[in-house]
Amino acid sequence: MQSTPNNRMRGSWKFILGGALILIAVVYLIFSSTQASAEYFMTVDELKARGSAAVGQNLRISGAVDGSTIQYDPNSMNLSFKVAQVPGDNATVEAQGGLAAVLHAAVIDPKRARLNVIYNGPKPDLLKNEAQAIMTGHLGQDGSFYADELLLKCPTKYEQALPTQAANGN
Amino acid sequence: MLANFGFGVLVVTFLLALFGAGAAMYGYFRKEDRWVESARRAVLLTFPLVTLVSLSLIYLLVSGHYELRYVYSVTSNDMPTYLKVTALWGGQEGSLLFWSWLMSAFASAVMLRRWDRDREFLPWVAAVTAITLGFFLSLSLFFENPFARWWQTASGEVAAMLRPVGAIPFNPPDGAGLNPLLRHPGMVIHPPMLYLGFVAFVIPFAFAIAALVTGRTDDRWIRLTRRWTLWAWLFLTCGLVLGMWWAYDVLGWGGYWGWDPVEIAALMPWLVGTPFLHTVMIQEKRGMFKQLNMILIILTYILVIFGTFLTRSGVLSSVHAFSQSAIGPMFFAFIGITMITSFGLLIHRWKDFKSEASLGSSSMFSREALFLLAALLFAGVLIVCFWGIIFPLISEIITNQKITVGPPFYKRAVGPLFGLILLLMGIAPLSSWTYGTLKTIGRAAWKPAIPAALVLVVLVLTGTHNLFALIGLTLIAFAVCVTLYEFGRAVLARGRSSAENVLVALWRLVGRNRRRYGGYIIHLAMGMMGLAIIGIELFQTTTQQSLATGESMQLAGYTLHFDSISQFPYVDGRTVTRAVMSVYRDGQYLGQLYPRYDLFPDGQPMTIPAIRSTLSDDLYVVLVNWEDTSASQAPFKVYHNPLVSWLWLGSFVFIFGTLVAAWPDKDPALAPVIVKSAFKTAGAD
Repeated sequence: MQSTPNNRMRGSWKFILGGALILIAVVYLIFSSTQASAEYFMTVDELKARGSAAVGQNLRISGAVDGSTIQYDPNSMNLSFKVAQVPGDNATVEAQGGLAAVLHAAVIDPKRARLNVIYNGPKPDLLKNEAQAIMTGHLGQDGSFYADELLLKCPTKYEQALPTQAANGN
Repeated sequence: MLANFGFGVLVVTFLLALFGAGAAMYGYFRKEDRWVESARRAVLLTFPLVTLVSLSLIYLLVSGHYELRYVYSVTSNDMPTYLKVTALWGGQEGSLLFWSWLMSAFASAVMLRRWDRDREFLPWVAAVTAITLGFFLSLSLFFENPFARWWQTASGEVAAMLRPVGAIPFNPPDGAGLNPLLRHPGMVIHPPMLYLGFVAFVIPFAFAIAALVTGRTDDRWIRLTRRWTLWAWLFLTCGLVLGMWWAYDVLGWGGYWGWDPVEIAALMPWLVGTPFLHTVMIQEKRGMFKQLNMILIILTYILVIFGTFLTRSGVLSSVHAFSQSAIGPMFFAFIGITMITSFGLLIHRWKDFKSEASLGSSSMFSREALFLLAALLFAGVLIVCFWGIIFPLISEIITNQKITVGPPFYKRAVGPLFGLILLLMGIAPLSSWTYGTLKTIGRAAWKPAIPAALVLVVLVLTGTHNLFALIGLTLIAFAVCVTLYEFGRAVLARGRSSAENVLVALWRLVGRNRRRYGGYIIHLAMGMMGLAIIGIELFQTTTQQSLATGESMQLAGYTLHFDSISQFPYVDGRTVTRAVMSVYRDGQYLGQLYPRYDLFPDGQPMTIPAIRSTLSDDLYVVLVNWEDTSASQAPFKVYHNPLVSWLWLGSFVFIFGTLVAAWPDKDPALAPVIVKSAFKTAGAD
């Protein structure tokens, strides 16, 4: 290819076109991947409000563990428990006297919305009454939440947040 | 008291850095060299001073001065001395000081070079390094003081430099100790490596700014900083790999990379630095991409600061974020000012930094076009990473609904981009300048493409059906074959012309053009690492089961027999629970594995996986959450991670390749830096 001025102009265009194509491809990749793997943070109330519309979405739910409902079979490693509604944002939690108080209030209040959680795997040490559970997974047709990952926080015992990777099941 | 001494020296160094920056710029604008020389000496002096400060802190750490809050928070009586020393970077305050220490070392080292040539760069190199250093010293002085001590007041203990009114000194007998997860050799050297990489990138940035201010549009700044950049890149890559090794070896979740925001923050400078290393070659040989190289080095510097910011500010909660901190706004302001001034300078000089040759006259498959394409693809990966970090913030602002993206997002989005980068790694070394076409590449590529195609056939015949794996492995095979072919062709040509034997020919070949062949060795290393990444990402299998002693579990052809379990205290106070498992494959005994579950006195558990590693696969066994189970049963989680060893092997090859490319030339007269014209050095460079 000879580089006459005319050619140069045309030459620049093909690079601009190529660059634009890459940009479109990257935008498409970001857009489709975001849609396919976005994870929605919700409280138990918000999840109940959505109803069956939430089935099939990637969800991350937080709630207060009701210790009396924990059932665990060490042989099959099937674990189930119920969580009670706690507010999602930190400002509200602080206004209601901190995380420990909020968790306690949620568990003792029978009128709070509750969600049944099903998980297969070893029972985490921190899964205790009035612990905060943050669960990743899906809402089943039966209204139970099928968790792939469990993350637990005990406000009394651990001041520092547990490293997220270490606490993940996988 | 030593803490007061350390703090005092810190104040002096901060003032010295401010003076250095001011004097350098004053000297430049007034054209008075004595001011510039004074600035040079000021910057030179920062290293011994920050060394004094750091040594003071190390002494306080080792000797257990728990009356200092920092010493209290990262050390304790039961820690061995080497861990007390490395606790210097075990927490926020210390690691910021450590950053400054490394920064001062690099700044002083660059001041020591012979400045009789290129002296016009000196004031701005001094100013940029002094400003960067001054910024980090100010964080230590005003926000994260490592020398603050405990005081007992009526309302509890507070940490401060000066005695609050009515307070009495508080001297705890023991410290809180370093987080047990961080007591690992990988964690001991991971932060220094990463920081060295971060800090070393400040030097090429300083030279770039000097070139922008002084209007020197040639490639001098690139040639002067080529080795700095390579060393920075080497340290950064080692830091990343060490972090992966630590995560794999300690965290016990079966992987090495969790797409944690802070991991991404450390990866982002790498994603810009890597194409920068490539596109500077085009500027040196063809005088092209001058503006692009400026953009890339400015971005690298900003991402280095941003990465430090993300780890240190507590903006994102993750494994790495030490705590919430007040330094966020400071970082934000510094990044903003840097961005505005550097890009403002670049826009001001935009026309001066036009390419000497127009890209329009190059064909789409010329070497320069392919390098540009690679840079764009790396930029694509960078945008994906950046989006992943900021998306939760944006979605919360716009929709009031918190939405995040996790590892599946990154894998899906960066997979195709890295695939294309692999393809370019294969064809770019075969491409020719300016007039390269698909035809010329095809003519050069068909020979190495044959073994790559054979790899594909063998994979299909042996039952690999995963499309992504087939594409990825074939691309890796192609890139590796091209690299080996390039070596082979050149060695044979030498052997023919000078009758050297193959090894001598290889040695001399690499010696004559270390930059090119060092680069090829790095490409081989990237192929090895890619192999590991495909192995673990696409073929990892896992199972979990609760076993009683005497029972077995199976995974990927392995049988794990649970022999026994025992519990005993360890000298540092932790309770160790250790399982013994025998591993069999096809009825053949392979050895024993000892997964562990350690419980520290403060209640922090640590799951230590047992790993049986071979070139083809890793068997990774975790004893999970022993605490809560009955003594007769123990829950195990087992991962089968194919090919993951190649990640660690590849990193050694990578280090070797980078050393080959970056090693100083013996005879300075032969150094490519001295020769002005790019074309005359084509043989030696």
